[in-house]
Amino acid sequence: MRWMRRLTAVLVLALLQAGAASAQTVLRIGLNDDPDALDPTISRAYVGRLVFAAFCDKLFDVTPDLKIVPQLATAYEWGVGGRSVLIRLRPGVKFHDGEPFNAEAVRFNIERHLSTPGSFRKSEIGEIKSVDIVNDLTVRFNLAEPLVPLIAALTDRSGMMVSPKAARELGDRFGTRPVCAGPFKFVERVAQGKIVGERFADYWDKANVHVDRIEFVPITDSTARLANLRSGDLQMIERVSPTDLAQIRSDSKLKVVGVAELGYQMLPLNLANGPRGKVLGADPRIRQAIDLAIDRETIIKTVFNNEYIPGNQFVSPVSPYYNAKFPVKRRDVARARQLLREAGHPNLAFTLIVPPERDRQEAALVIQAMLAEAGITMTIQTQENVTMLSAGRKGDFEAYFTFWSGRPDPDGNIFTFTTCNGGQNDSKYCNQDIDGILTKARHEADPAERKKHYDQTTEILLRDLPRLILWHRRVFTGLNAKIQGFTPHPDGIIRLKGLKL
Amino acid sequence: MVLVPTLFFVSVLIFALQQLLPGDAAVALAGEEHDPVAVAAIRHKYHLDRPVPVQYAIWVGRVLRGDFGESMRNKIPVSQLLAAKLPVTVELAVCSMAIALVIGIPAGVIAAVHRGRPIAVAANVLALSGLSVPHFWLGIMLILLFAVHLGWLPASGYVSPWEDVRRNLATIALPSFVLGTGVGGIMMRHTRGAMVETLGADYVRTARAKSVTERMVVLKHALRNALIPVITLGAIEFGRLLSGAVLTEQIFAIPGFGKMLVDGVFNRDYAVVQGVVLVSAGLYVLLNLAGDVLAFLVNPRLRGSA
Repeated sequence: MRWMRRLTAVLVLALLQAGAASAQTVLRIGLNDDPDALDPTISRAYVGRLVFAAFCDKLFDVTPDLKIVPQLATAYEWGVGGRSVLIRLRPGVKFHDGEPFNAEAVRFNIERHLSTPGSFRKSEIGEIKSVDIVNDLTVRFNLAEPLVPLIAALTDRSGMMVSPKAARELGDRFGTRPVCAGPFKFVERVAQGKIVGERFADYWDKANVHVDRIEFVPITDSTARLANLRSGDLQMIERVSPTDLAQIRSDSKLKVVGVAELGYQMLPLNLANGPRGKVLGADPRIRQAIDLAIDRETIIKTVFNNEYIPGNQFVSPVSPYYNAKFPVKRRDVARARQLLREAGHPNLAFTLIVPPERDRQEAALVIQAMLAEAGITMTIQTQENVTMLSAGRKGDFEAYFTFWSGRPDPDGNIFTFTTCNGGQNDSKYCNQDIDGILTKARHEADPAERKKHYDQTTEILLRDLPRLILWHRRVFTGLNAKIQGFTPHPDGIIRLKGLKL
Repeated sequence: MVLVPTLFFVSVLIFALQQLLPGDAAVALAGEEHDPVAVAAIRHKYHLDRPVPVQYAIWVGRVLRGDFGESMRNKIPVSQLLAAKLPVTVELAVCSMAIALVIGIPAGVIAAVHRGRPIAVAANVLALSGLSVPHFWLGIMLILLFAVHLGWLPASGYVSPWEDVRRNLATIALPSFVLGTGVGGIMMRHTRGAMVETLGADYVRTARAKSVTERMVVLKHALRNALIPVITLGAIEFGRLLSGAVLTEQIFAIPGFGKMLVDGVFNRDYAVVQGVVLVSAGLYVLLNLAGDVLAFLVNPRLRGSA
């Protein structure tokens, strides 16, 4: 019987140890997908940005009302003519490997973004020609062209600072073991399983970090994700679907908060991208007719339980850059028919490519029915997302159904989509006036003046309609009611500082 | 003998089929970002700008040196991903198979021995339920019952046994049950069929005539013979479990082969897809071989004919 007593003692000890371990505060956040490489330079997926918020601080951050505030920087000043920007850095900041954060580190990071093959940051900060080290805590970015949205770019992955030592050591495997200067230190990643971080003891703002350990758990199925939140296995879930809101709201142990997103859902229309641009590119009145035949409010009510926001511009109605003179038009079928007759296409027919995903499929069906009432035959063709995006690039489409996650600066929502050589201009819309106005807006530091440029852009685009912007989602975050200190941000990224369990 | 040509055939097939997938891998990787320079750099880095046979030759050359390449999406070496996921998938498959055997074989024997009686009908209903209830639905229902309402088990996720045995068993229990009931249903139907056949055979009648106890007749004389097709089937089913259980892994957030493969296909992460398919095919061949060996050991007659 002695062995039984020994076994019992071992088991009791093990349980006690388990109890001690669980005294740590662990925050588990359910993600909709598994992120890509955790390297700010080559990262592409939106979901990765949620994880970076734990590991990698940025030079600047945005507030819930989209004001730019310092993070690893303390201040910035534009130079003469907007051709340079001086950035002062926060003293006493350390990377997770103990290396100091300083001007040299900033230069290394910017040069890494600009020179790494396959860097997706180059297109965001490519105007930076060189970085001068003014002193240990001050840098100057010299620009090829004035670029006011640069500071906004530095609130995202372009502004994330990684440890130069670790980046040199790990090379292109850096994304498997990120070493940055954020509130949590990377511990491990199980692909498709979890990403784990522990509180960084030397964090510059450690008084505001109240969680010991963080785990990001990708669960692609929304029902399973919600069940995990309800069972207490997860404390937070991101991008909650509108159809799951009722369940969360009816559960007193949970709460849900939502905020209008920065981006939009849209139908890019083929105007001149190869021969398939013939129909919808023939006359702007055709596109105006399609636009008038769609009742956005009804789509929002029927498909999204009235949880989203109807939209027609590249910023949502809550943005300071929204042009209030052009609200969403009321549906007008008679006018749509008249425009089609005037354009010589009374029996318009075109194909919309839609990915096999519930939200967009259902909305497409409603749009199809609405257009039919205006005499427009819209065929829905289902194509898996990557196939659809490839078709968009190649011009093998008439219209497709996609979205843009949005950027804090309006430039990020419009420039590359509607300028003649813009990388995301699948419509191949080209209007020199738009190119000129948007370039001026990039050079203009005064927000009131910039707004005038964007108002003008909106007016032109609502006439030319190279793409139909339909609605803005609300980014919903579901959380355990015990969590305190959570403020939703329009970018949907969960800020971990200040969160208490 | 069979392994090498099978794997070669599978590798050519999977490489060729992937090329038929519409959509560009580099565009898939870029996602929302569209910078053409960065996309071209990705294409070059992963040799996507080379002709398909050259891409295949590069890949095979590396695999022969033990290098499966790296995931284009998360930069983790495929061999490391396989090494991390193989134990998870094997554990899930073993536990599911154990549940399937515990349910399937006794239920099959009972259904055959007590043909026409209520207990046999009950065993049949059990087997058919296991077969016909969709895994997806059963999984969600079990999560709601055991995790949300009762709070006995975690809703999903996976904890390695080296980290915490108790939590490992807790996380693996529900998914194993879901998969096990499905396979158990198939095993039960086959065991029953084989048992009915053997119980009617001459040697069984002879055994009974020799006053061998019924228990001995069923378990020693009949079941041992009836198990041969069941073992072969078990090996095939086990192989299927090892190639990943997509839906079950998805619902329970188990980082196994199935999830890795599906994510790989959707992201056009070629190296990952090729790695998983190759290892799964290898396991499948080995398991079939193991099934044959096991059948050979269980049944003395096969030994004589060899």
